[in-house]
Amino acid sequence: MSYTIEGRTGPWELVIGLEVHAQVISQAKLFSGAATAFGAEPNTQVSFIDAGFPGMLPVINRECVAQAVRTGLGLNAQVNLWSRFDRKNYFYADLPQGYQISQYQHPIIGHGVIEIELQDGSTKKVGITRLHLEQDAGKSLHDQHPTKSFIDLNRSGVALMEIVSEPDMRSPEEAGAYLAKLRQILRYLGTCDGNMDEGSMRADVNVSVRRPGEGFRTRCEVKNVNSIRFVMQAVEAEARRQIEVWEEGGTVEQETRLFDTARGVTRSMRSKEEAHDYRYFPDPDLPPLVLDPAWVEELKASLPELPDARRARYMRDFGLTAYDAHVLTLEKETAAYYETVAKGRDPKLAANWVMGDLFAALNRTKRSIEDSPVSAENLGALLDLMKDGTLSGKLAKEVFEAMVETGKAPGAIVEERGLRQVTDTGAIEAAVDKVLAANADKVAEYKSGKDKLFGFFVGQVMKAMQGKGNPALVNQVLKQKLG
Amino acid sequence: MHPTDFTLRGAIEALTEGTISAEELTRAHLDAIERLNPRLNAYITVTAEQALEQAKASDERRRQGLAGPLEGVPLAIKDLFCTKGVRTTAGSRILGNFVPPYESTVSANLLRDGAVFLGKANLDEFAMGSSNATSAFGPVENPWSRRNDPETKLVPGGSSGGSAAAVAARLALGATATDTGGSIRQPAAFCGVAGIKPTYGRCSRFGIVAFASSLDQAGPVARTVEDCAILLRSMSGFDPKDSTSADVPVPDFAAACTRSVKGLRIGVPKEYRIEGMPAEIEALWRQGLEWLRDAGAELVEISLPHTKYALPTYYIVAPAEASSNLARYDGVRYGLRVEERGDDLTDLYERTRAAGFGAEVKRRIMIGTYVLSAGYYDAYYLKAQKVRALIKRDFDQAWDKVDAIVTPATPSAAFGMNEKTDDPVTMYLNDVFTVTANLAGLPGLAVPAGLDAQGLPLGLQVIGRAFDEETVFAVGAALERSANFTALPAVRVGA
Repeated sequence: MSYTIEGRTGPWELVIGLEVHAQVISQAKLFSGAATAFGAEPNTQVSFIDAGFPGMLPVINRECVAQAVRTGLGLNAQVNLWSRFDRKNYFYADLPQGYQISQYQHPIIGHGVIEIELQDGSTKKVGITRLHLEQDAGKSLHDQHPTKSFIDLNRSGVALMEIVSEPDMRSPEEAGAYLAKLRQILRYLGTCDGNMDEGSMRADVNVSVRRPGEGFRTRCEVKNVNSIRFVMQAVEAEARRQIEVWEEGGTVEQETRLFDTARGVTRSMRSKEEAHDYRYFPDPDLPPLVLDPAWVEELKASLPELPDARRARYMRDFGLTAYDAHVLTLEKETAAYYETVAKGRDPKLAANWVMGDLFAALNRTKRSIEDSPVSAENLGALLDLMKDGTLSGKLAKEVFEAMVETGKAPGAIVEERGLRQVTDTGAIEAAVDKVLAANADKVAEYKSGKDKLFGFFVGQVMKAMQGKGNPALVNQVLKQKLG
Repeated sequence: MHPTDFTLRGAIEALTEGTISAEELTRAHLDAIERLNPRLNAYITVTAEQALEQAKASDERRRQGLAGPLEGVPLAIKDLFCTKGVRTTAGSRILGNFVPPYESTVSANLLRDGAVFLGKANLDEFAMGSSNATSAFGPVENPWSRRNDPETKLVPGGSSGGSAAAVAARLALGATATDTGGSIRQPAAFCGVAGIKPTYGRCSRFGIVAFASSLDQAGPVARTVEDCAILLRSMSGFDPKDSTSADVPVPDFAAACTRSVKGLRIGVPKEYRIEGMPAEIEALWRQGLEWLRDAGAELVEISLPHTKYALPTYYIVAPAEASSNLARYDGVRYGLRVEERGDDLTDLYERTRAAGFGAEVKRRIMIGTYVLSAGYYDAYYLKAQKVRALIKRDFDQAWDKVDAIVTPATPSAAFGMNEKTDDPVTMYLNDVFTVTANLAGLPGLAVPAGLDAQGLPLGLQVIGRAFDEETVFAVGAALERSANFTALPAVRVGA
């Protein structure tokens, strides 16, 4: 059953498309040599080109082009060997040239497709219409002075990829899953850091509603939504608004809206009549961008393994469940960590430790996997100590907690704290004898058929041995003695 | 001989022989500027102190054996080229007291080769004009005047009116200029000097205030074809800072000036015989062609069928690009800013741009904005681009038959300051013979070839294949030798 929203007059279907602006990871800007680092002092990363000084000319940054091509390849999209830059003309104080250099008619990347995963385990294909390169604008600061606005041009000229989807999504969940998947692919590729709270990824959400089976109705664009959660909320809020308009006999007008995150509603920003006439035309300062097919092939050959391929490999080679493979590949840092732990060891056991104890520890300590207190090498070593019998599962958990606290290697902790498991049968037998002698009444009850007491004896023996007894041996000896 | 009467080549020889120093040569030009510039207004800014410092440094370099190809040569720089530390106005109020913190590539190349900069030459505002009348710093007077009417002040042409007038009146040995639709060739012809717009991409546009990016090209103005060749060699060259700059070798253009034209096929385009063209110009054209035939060239009648669409095409493409290029002058970061209490951003834009731009610039911004607007783009801008491609094809086909094309440079001699000013379209007709080379990206050279009945200079134009300036110089130099143009303007040093 597909997702619908129930209005007063019946069910409504949603049609959603996303335009995602992703900041390209590059040392320099799209058309100038100025730096792109986030968080620098205002106006410290600005060249005369970025500030629109007289006589300044743009020169394309090859690395930004390479990043766009890599992204296109990662989105299973067509790489256009001939593309062109156009000027999008409009006046604003943080747009120094009075135009944004973008690709309007001939984008560098054409049609592509990605697959998204949904909560119910199903997957869905979402089409990519295009990807083009463009410059970012500067930033207006309205809160620095009572009557003036200040302008920070650090971001002016930074390379963005605008990635436009087909209107293929039908629910807030799908929109969220699409954005998450896109972000994951870009992060795997290393073409965008995906930091939505720093603004390096933001989405314009196009929403319309319709009766099931109908053609498209008028859409509205919700601008600049900056988290996956807000995208899902904005889709629903905007859909509900449109449903109300239609159900009250009104007509949805095409317009640009903003999502008010505090109130959870969308507000009108400008109507179609107020829409700018951008007067696009080919930028005469830039010749067409012509790519060498051999260079594209080179980039293709050097692409990293992408999430879908990696997930499939985990299921195929490691025997992981779809769910585990999905979770472990969500972030490439997690996947890298996991693979280090799993290398040469039981991959399912490695998965359990990473997704169980490690994730819990990271949550508890509010650390990311990149600065995990337990390194992947150390977690692997812990698994080795279990395998060679040095540690029981229970002891291993204890050692792991000590690793989280101290960051030390498991071997060192075992030595320091004397946590080595006891496998000496003599020592175990002695402990068992002691426990049985001290609990003669319970032994009698057990022998008269109260089987459940076995666990009690195990617990007592382990307690007597400070938890270091080898559980299998303890069981074995107990069974023998109680025989 | 007065030092300002040297040709550029002659000055280089005298400097090399040590018969004059760069300082003396520069001082002579600064004196001439002091005397005549108040009348001619060829310079907006004179950098006397800096020029003398540069000249002294040049003499020192020469003493150390480090003389460059233009060592000690005093030049005027069109005020469209950004010059580091020296106010650059583009002839507009909107740039206010803008002092660039950078040097244009072309002027940097000239400094590299040892040139001395006397100052910044006047021009039409943002290079938009054919009379230098649109400059916010006042019009430039043509140093030539009519024999029977010496009182009427004539325009020097435009937009490089200051460059051409300065060179003609001996206020510089040569000058940089730019040409978007004829802005080097038309003023050169009006002032009786030579000027070449090289192939698009030959000179870097980096640091030149942009008018119409796909048409703008820098070039020199000088008193001889050879002097132009010497200057162009220094100005040219691939520049990684300009994506439209061509990565091609720069030949020895001056050497090409001595090449024979024997066996060259010279195209005579029938479409350039326009209605209402003065008989004197028609006669001069015929004369020029005869000179070339006498020198062994073969004349070939050709057709460039789309010529009649060139002017309207130009007046769509150039304003379209200009409307976008001039959007950056908004009062926010540099230049003029006009605001009043309580103004919002739109008020700031409107006040600044209303006060900062002159009427002709506003007209072109309006036209350009219009032709790019939704609903008009296809009919104007896109159509113009298609016609531009046809004009280029006309030339491509002509190059199968001819090696160079010779036409008149302008449809008239210099006109009076108060003539032709009412109707912008009449003014635009000045470019009728020159815009085609810009639209096709080809080199075009204006050579002074004779005088009209009023004693005013008339020029011929040589158009060549892309990056074949050498043939253009060879043909231009041949015309120059035959014309033996020795007439001098009324206003000049030593007159």
